[in-house]
Amino acid sequence: MNQKLIFEISRAGRKGYSLPNCDVPVESIEDMIPNEYLRETELDLPEISEGDMVRHFTALSRCNYGVDTGFYPLGSCTMKYNPKINEDVSRMDGFTGVHPALPDSAVQGCLELLYKMDLMLAEITGMERVSLQPAAGAHGELAGLMIMKAYHENCGNEQRKTIIVPDSAHGTNPASAAMVGYEVIEVKTDSRGNVNLSELRELMSDQVAGMMLTNPSTLGLFEENICEIADIVHDSGGLIYYDGANLNAIMGVTRPGDMGFDIVHLNLHKTFSTPHGGGGPGSGPVGVTKDLVPFLPTPVIQYKEGQYIRDYNRPFSIGQIKSFYGNFAVIIKAYAYIMTMGAKGLHGVSQTAVLNANYLLNKLKKDYQHPYDRACMHEFVLSGQLQKNKGVSTLDMAKRMIDYGFHPPTIYFPMIIKEAMMFEPTETESRETLDAAAEVLIRIAREVEENPELIKEAPHHTSVGRLDEVQAVREPVLRWRP
Amino acid sequence: MSRYIPSTQLEKTMMLQEMNCESVDRLFDDIPLKVCLNRSLRLPEALSEMELRTHMKELAAKNISNEENSCFLGAGAYDHYIPSAIDHIVSRSEFYTAYTPYQPEISQGTLQAIFEYQTLICELTGMDVANASVYDGATAIAEAASMACKITRRNEIIVPRTVHPQYRRTLSTYARFRGYKIVELDYLNGVTDFTSLEGLINKETAALIVQNPNFFGAIEKVKQLAELAKEHGVLVIACADPISVGILKSPGEMGADIVVGEGQALGNPLSYGGPYLGFFATKDKYLRQMPGRIVGQTIDKNHNRGFVLTMQTREQHIRREKAASNICSNQALNALATTVYLTLLGKQGLKDVASLCLQKAHYAYNKLIETNYFSDCFPQPFFKEFVIKSQLPLEELNQALLKDGIIGGYNLENDYPELKKCWLVAVTEKRSKEEIDRLVRKVGGIYESEVNI
Amino acid sequence: MNIPADLKYTKKHEWARVEGDLVYVGITEYAQNSLGDIVFVELPSVGDIITSGEAFGVVESVKAASDIYSSLSGIVKEVNNELIDHPERINQNPYDSWMMAIEPSKASELEVLLDASAYEKLCLEEA
Repeated sequence: MNQKLIFEISRAGRKGYSLPNCDVPVESIEDMIPNEYLRETELDLPEISEGDMVRHFTALSRCNYGVDTGFYPLGSCTMKYNPKINEDVSRMDGFTGVHPALPDSAVQGCLELLYKMDLMLAEITGMERVSLQPAAGAHGELAGLMIMKAYHENCGNEQRKTIIVPDSAHGTNPASAAMVGYEVIEVKTDSRGNVNLSELRELMSDQVAGMMLTNPSTLGLFEENICEIADIVHDSGGLIYYDGANLNAIMGVTRPGDMGFDIVHLNLHKTFSTPHGGGGPGSGPVGVTKDLVPFLPTPVIQYKEGQYIRDYNRPFSIGQIKSFYGNFAVIIKAYAYIMTMGAKGLHGVSQTAVLNANYLLNKLKKDYQHPYDRACMHEFVLSGQLQKNKGVSTLDMAKRMIDYGFHPPTIYFPMIIKEAMMFEPTETESRETLDAAAEVLIRIAREVEENPELIKEAPHHTSVGRLDEVQAVREPVLRWRP
Repeated sequence: MSRYIPSTQLEKTMMLQEMNCESVDRLFDDIPLKVCLNRSLRLPEALSEMELRTHMKELAAKNISNEENSCFLGAGAYDHYIPSAIDHIVSRSEFYTAYTPYQPEISQGTLQAIFEYQTLICELTGMDVANASVYDGATAIAEAASMACKITRRNEIIVPRTVHPQYRRTLSTYARFRGYKIVELDYLNGVTDFTSLEGLINKETAALIVQNPNFFGAIEKVKQLAELAKEHGVLVIACADPISVGILKSPGEMGADIVVGEGQALGNPLSYGGPYLGFFATKDKYLRQMPGRIVGQTIDKNHNRGFVLTMQTREQHIRREKAASNICSNQALNALATTVYLTLLGKQGLKDVASLCLQKAHYAYNKLIETNYFSDCFPQPFFKEFVIKSQLPLEELNQALLKDGIIGGYNLENDYPELKKCWLVAVTEKRSKEEIDRLVRKVGGIYESEVNI
Repeated sequence: MNIPADLKYTKKHEWARVEGDLVYVGITEYAQNSLGDIVFVELPSVGDIITSGEAFGVVESVKAASDIYSSLSGIVKEVNNELIDHPERINQNPYDSWMMAIEPSKASELEVLLDASAYEKLCLEEA
């Protein structure tokens, strides 16, 4: 089944909008704007009725798979259920209709929400204050590294220009570091899946600005030597940065601040249940310890004399990193989530997420290679190497999962595991769903033995089959043309 | 237990038994005791759904919303009409609960919608290629500046003061850390000072940014600026109001190399500043230097058309520290809203919205000037926003208007100390003649009561 | 695997062919095979000065980008620009698809290049 493009169903003269007649005296456009600026050609936009538009996008939505469709164990992405009430409250007129340039006195509700969210996230992470301005995780990382650099510059340590990143890190870590002009050095993972401590010790020097770490790591393992790592980095004057992608494992159990981290970014669209929107909008707050608060992006929301205010007068701040105050409507949803869950609820989230992951892992480790024989946290990584040796790749098995109605795990990441498959079931899945997913994966392992061609041709029941990505790059078609 | 967690206590116990694990706490044994939090998090008591709704209503009620007030405030975020159908489409949970379309076979909905979005943005901007969107207008400019530095291998960016102050602040932050230099260009009569431009261009100048209509609402001489820039091998980054291209020439026609802008006006609510989307388009030859996600068309094994994320080697998850940018996400759902908006309005609708803004803004301008309480600031053609100078302090004026349910214009002195009492007023298609007349009457009333005191 | 006997090789899977004062450099059969379909090539410019151990170009498949490191120092004298439009030729014919011709400035660097049999051994170890 192939969907036409919106441009292909357009017919001259149709329309999908209604506007009031112009109720002010109409002047000639040329009298208002000189001819040289005026458009001479017609814009080629679709012409389509409202009903046909709705059918078109409804048809497209059916070619998608979301958390509401089914099990979505995409590792490192925390695809948990997105509560509906949070959508509703974020759409209240008193939020959607608020102009960002209004004076503080006119937006006390928005500022109160931002301020309380800042403090709640600070409590959850063990930080002093949290800026809600970053629009996504990568943006939060960028802000965090800017803070790190501004801090070192302020201490007169401009020579600190390198940053240590584990070989298992998300690709954004080195990319963000490069964007602030840092040189990236990789530290290897040891045989238990922890950071190699002796190598880390050797890499540290007064040239190192700091280290970025995800904990639990992208292998789904808790860094057992976290205290030693923090000491090593701090002892040589560096700062340690927490990539919050995996916070869903540890809420109410431990906090980045307690582990010794100085800077933290969070992904509200992962841990705090805001929907991913097909790739955005997200929200990536950045939190810091007390010494680093002066460097947070402007504005910082403060509470003074019974009023919430936006504080721009912050001489050490890295400055603004986007317009206004962050992805506010996303922040509302995450705020509503925390208010719904409370302390006990969030602790329960992490406990159940970790239980679910271990339960699924336990069922799969007989049929798939499990590189590190340890209890996992909220996610785990398997290797498809056994199957690869028989000619079926991890990609093939991922596509085969689609045939059984599940979204595949994250694949080929982390890069240090061959044929990696990274599963994150989250706390919002029932035991039956986990059992059913395990059964499918075990069946696929059997199919690798019995009918490998079936897997290599998968998926069989989707609107399109496997797509030719080589052609897409060699002959790029990036827009429709008549 | 939370309604979002299905497992009961009994089920959890059974799961643990099956794993031969005595308790959930055992699963956390790798966490050193030293770092464990031996207390509960200090958070407010959990609310039921009803209580949450009440709490959120109370917060929302503490805000001034454009639903109950006439909004004449713009300054980078605009109160345009949002057709009902948009929210119905973006509320389809197959769209909003999906992740990034990494598995194209089950993401054709998102992918095709982005492909349609890219096409629409190319059409609006007059460019060859567009990405799937970035965070907002401010970050789009910052990314465009880095891109221009990479293309030209130079490291100075000329930025007129007529560019949105928040965009300039964001750009300065990015520039400081990425290591390029910002050179500020002053304005003359409300538009970029053309005569000073040439003096600022040197061998290190990578790009000139021009916002059109600019922050003051005035129409810039983009073509003339672009011609001068090109003579020196300087790239032109245009920041466009996407509604204005319904009647104005596209930035591409006027010589821009990279076109960016704030896409909020195209079907996205004000939402106290976000989420919005930054659109980003350029010429074919700069495709590989363009940051952000791109969707391309291809075929499957049966030669069916399909769409995939493409040109991915520019991106962070492959290039890591050598990526074009660290950006991973796009504002996919906002881009979907924009796609639906432009689809509904279409060829004629965007022109109609733009014309209504233009007519109403000029009507409001004329009426306000006629009161004699305001004087003209900049003798320039404008689109939907204009600057007038008030006799009264603007804080006072805006406060008084708000009491009457009118959200007044933006006080330019906040960002331009020299523009004392200069009021930036925005008029969209949503403002009726009656609302405009009421604004004019109320302003008159406020001035008269002031005189009487 | 095709490893022509008349070429020299590097540990990073490049081949080198000495012709007079120039050395033509490309990537080996093994390298193109492990990269998969090559969709993009970035090459140096004529006149660029290259130091051994530095990246002089990039080859990309759909999901991977690999820097190509030079084992030789010297000045770039020729560049095979045809590959820009036809990167697939590297897959089809890696030993004809030279990427640059360099005039080496350090003769000693030429001496440490591998011969075909040593390179074959290396490939076997890696596979």
